[in-house]
Amino acid sequence: MSADVQDSAIRTGRITRALIYLVLLLFALFYLLPLFVMLTNSVKPLEEITGGNMMALPQNWTIEPWLKAWSTAQIGVEPTGLRPYFINSLLMVVPAVAITTVLGALNGYILTKWRFRGDTILFGLMLFSCFIPFQIVLIPMASVLGKLGLSGSIPGLILVHVVYGIGFSTLYYRNYYAAFPTELVRAAMIDGAGFFRIFWRILLPVSGPITVVSVIWLFTNIWNDFLFGASFGGTSQPVTVGLNNLVQSSHGVKEYNVHFAAAILAALPTLLVYIVAGRYFVRGLMAGSVKG
Amino acid sequence: MGFLDITNVTKSYGAVEVLHKVDISAQEGEFLVLVGPSGCGKSTLLNMIAGLEEITSGDISINGRVVNGVHPSKRNIAMVFQSYALYPNMTVGQNMTFGLEMHGVPKPERDRALAEVAKLLQIDPLLDRKPGQLSGGQRQRVAMGRALVRDPDVFLFDEPLSNLDAKLRVDMRTEIKKLHAKLKTTIVYVTHDQIEALTLSTRIAVMNGGYVQQLGTPKEIYDTPANIFVATFMGSPAMNILPAKVVMRDGVPYAEIFNAAHEACYLKFSQDNLAAWDGRDILLGLRPEAITDPDGADRKSTNIASLSNLVDVTEPAGSDTFVTTTFCAKGIVARLRADTDIRAGNSFDFAINMEKAVAFDPETEQRISA
Repeated sequence: MSADVQDSAIRTGRITRALIYLVLLLFALFYLLPLFVMLTNSVKPLEEITGGNMMALPQNWTIEPWLKAWSTAQIGVEPTGLRPYFINSLLMVVPAVAITTVLGALNGYILTKWRFRGDTILFGLMLFSCFIPFQIVLIPMASVLGKLGLSGSIPGLILVHVVYGIGFSTLYYRNYYAAFPTELVRAAMIDGAGFFRIFWRILLPVSGPITVVSVIWLFTNIWNDFLFGASFGGTSQPVTVGLNNLVQSSHGVKEYNVHFAAAILAALPTLLVYIVAGRYFVRGLMAGSVKG
Repeated sequence: MGFLDITNVTKSYGAVEVLHKVDISAQEGEFLVLVGPSGCGKSTLLNMIAGLEEITSGDISINGRVVNGVHPSKRNIAMVFQSYALYPNMTVGQNMTFGLEMHGVPKPERDRALAEVAKLLQIDPLLDRKPGQLSGGQRQRVAMGRALVRDPDVFLFDEPLSNLDAKLRVDMRTEIKKLHAKLKTTIVYVTHDQIEALTLSTRIAVMNGGYVQQLGTPKEIYDTPANIFVATFMGSPAMNILPAKVVMRDGVPYAEIFNAAHEACYLKFSQDNLAAWDGRDILLGLRPEAITDPDGADRKSTNIASLSNLVDVTEPAGSDTFVTTTFCAKGIVARLRADTDIRAGNSFDFAINMEKAVAFDPETEQRISA
């Protein structure tokens, strides 16, 4: 036998390999096509879109549509651009994600390390909240928010998202901490650490991966939510509602370039979160499933 | 009253009682080993001493103080866990001083205690490493170090050697024994390994099915086991148990057993308390090392019986040769010197040390003692 023949389990010739890569490349390009269209058209003057090819690169590059989408585009009756909506979204998303993650982590810690009678039933009930369709709770939620005096405000939206997100964050942390050795908690108890000290000093330092998962999931969901924003936003609507109002407006000229720019702006934060923390995402999802 | 007293302790989970009226007492400085098969309740009992499991009824007292319901950190105990339970995000040094820090001991004092223990266990070079960077044996040392730093009344060890490979386990066993000789602190040690129990302890509690089967010194446990369970669980290979009959001849009790050819053989008992059992069936317990070749027999024994029988299997194990032979239709293991000339299929003269024989009541499986 010659030594240069590799007899591995996966034997692929050079040609098959090239074909595989080619197909993968085509798929990737196809997947990137919408982004390409949005990006190129958002830096074109409007005439180039209405008068010609959507797929062509811009002849005159302009940043005007972006500026317009951000600060001067007519949304509803006000020429405010997306900016106030974007700020609303940030003011809503950051506290909602933070509160939900902290509560989920505490829930997971209690449900795995401070077991009590009926804890599995409680956890099962909390999981239910992951499966309740948004539409069902709209009217009861509106009534609750009204009674709390929170309707049409950012704190109201935060409350709605915390209530909805807590099921997911609890699920994540519970499953993560279930794989965390209970002996460590017991050792810390003997060492004299209390409830919060054990959480803070022993569990939290190793919770990085699952926190990334929880934050990405919650951030994406809350940022992209439209229904709650449109229903309970009142005067402080999030960016998804702003974008909708901009694109759906039925008077005047349809400024496609501005719409494209606005759509990218609205999607930017979630994209950023993925780029920054994405590689921890898969790691965190896998954590606990495989011993190692 | 001992230093550690476990009095009438039971443990139930709902309607299921897993520990039944356990009574164990140990003096200060003793090395108490709780040994038994999986599920016998030994770890539960240890966790109850530690305060990690509640006591259903009964009392546990340490150093004269009843600790029922006292928080684990206030019992002045330290525990070494089976998985070592080292905090993965802290360095070795931080791991070892975490308990002192939680108890509000000032930093200079913590550092002094740490340096002392690190030197004792020879782990000074590891203090800045994370547990993930340590080998199994090093982790084991750190886990012991963390317990030592606390300077507790009682050390609790929960199967601390079961995650180590065979050679390291033997080394660490010796080391734990040395450490105990040096520190003279009371130790409660849980294991399922009867060799660990016999080698380390000054007192053993053999447990099974939630009951303490026997509490005694290693020698008492080994030589005068309270019942068949203790007899067969402690010692490797296990004690041979033969169905036999007591026959009195000239006022002396003999055990009647049958060899491979179904011929009756008679072995004279050393204990004379079996007269009441004349003509009745008993179970005869013989340790493998009490059945030897004539030259290997204990010269100090005054009661060696010679018995010829067919050899079924020989297993040379280096230091000894284990031989299987058939008495009373049961395979019996004998322990012979390594270079005994013996072949399977031949007949061989076995020397049986009847001074070490034990008799059990076949009904209750308890040892016949008086």
